[in-house]
Amino acid sequence: MSGDATMRQFGATAPVPEFDDPAFTPFPVPLSEAKVAIVTSAALHRTHDDQFSAADVSYRTIDRAERDLVLGHWSPNFDRTGFQLDLNVVYPIDRLEELEADGTIGAVAEHHYSFAGNQPDTVSELRLDTGPACAAAMKADGVHAVLLTPV
Amino acid sequence: MSTLAHVFEAAGLSTIVLASMKEVAERIGPPRTLYCEFPLGRPLGKPGDAEFQTDVIRRGLALLDATEPVFETHPTVIESDETPMSCAIPPRFDPDLPASVDEAKGLRAAYDRAVAKRGTTSVGRTIGADDVPTALDILHRWAGGADWKELPVPGGNLLGVCHDVRTYYEEAGLELVEGPTPGGRAAEAWFYETTEAGKTVMAARAALKEAGAPFPLWFYMAPAHR
Repeated sequence: MSGDATMRQFGATAPVPEFDDPAFTPFPVPLSEAKVAIVTSAALHRTHDDQFSAADVSYRTIDRAERDLVLGHWSPNFDRTGFQLDLNVVYPIDRLEELEADGTIGAVAEHHYSFAGNQPDTVSELRLDTGPACAAAMKADGVHAVLLTPV
Repeated sequence: MSTLAHVFEAAGLSTIVLASMKEVAERIGPPRTLYCEFPLGRPLGKPGDAEFQTDVIRRGLALLDATEPVFETHPTVIESDETPMSCAIPPRFDPDLPASVDEAKGLRAAYDRAVAKRGTTSVGRTIGADDVPTALDILHRWAGGADWKELPVPGGNLLGVCHDVRTYYEEAGLELVEGPTPGGRAAEAWFYETTEAGKTVMAARAALKEAGAPFPLWFYMAPAHR
C-alpha cells in the first residue's frame, strides 16, 4: 500500500475528538472586506524560534512578512519536498496577498499561526488552552476568517 | 486542523479547513471543509503552481457563504508519486569510509547550494549538516551489530537525527534532480530506496527492532508503510 493510502487508512479508524454541540459562526462581512489569517499544522517556525517538540501543544506566531521558515513537524509520514520547493504549498501567504491586492479579500492578517499536527490523542490542551489562546489573538487582530492548512 | 476549526468557531471566527484526510474530517466534522485529495504534506496541491493554489483557496473562500455546515471536495485528485526521483548521486570518493558516510560528504556541495538559494534549512532540529556523516557512521555501526545504548547518535535524539539526515538529503537532492518537479513522496522513495544513507537508516532500524529497542524509537525512524 502506498504511503498516503496507509496514512489515510490509519486516519479512518484512529480515535478522534467529539464535539457534541459544534459552533457555527456565520461569516460576518462581505469577503472583500474580510481580514483573513492562515493557521497551519505543519509546525512551521523561524530558525531562531523555540523548536516544536514531539507532541507539542503550543503554537508559533508568524508575522505576515516572514518567509524564512523551517518545517519542524515530527511525523515522517508525509512529503516535505513540496514545502522545500514552494512555501505556499503549505502556507499560501503569497497567494493570500495576491487576493488582497486584487480586492478579492479585504486584508491579509498581520499575524498567522503554526501548530504541530501530531498532537496527543486527547487534544485537550488544544481545545482548552492553546487553541482558544490562538483564537483570542486573531480576534484581537480583527480577523474574520481563518484558512486552516493541514500537514 | 478540524479540531482547531471547532475551537475557533466557538470563539467567533469563521473557518475553512483544507482537509487532506477525508474520514478524519468527516468524523470530526468542522463547519466548512474542502477535502483536497492531494499528496499528504502538500495541502495546496502543486508546488510552484500559483494558479492552481489560488483555485484551491478561492474554492475554500466560497464556503464562507454557507449558512450551515458544508463539506465539499476539490474536483482534482493528485496522487503521490512513489517512483524514486531521478537524481545523480556523487560517485564513491573515499573507499575506506562506509558508503553512506562517503555519499553524505559528496552531497555537501549540493546541500550548501540549496541553503544559499532558500536562505534557510530545515536541517538542525538535533544535528547540523556537519554532523550528518558522523550520525550515518553510527547508524552504520548499529546495523553491523554495535550496541545502540553504548554508542549514541550525536545530540542523543535518534528521531531528530533521522529527520535531519533525511532532510539534508532531500534538500541536496532537489538541487540535483533531473526532469519535472518531483511528485509527493518521490524524494522519499529516492532516499529510502536508492541512497546509501536511506538503506543505512533502514538497516539500523531493523537492527534496533531485532535488539528489542522500544517500538516508538525504531518505528518512527522511517515512514509507517516502510
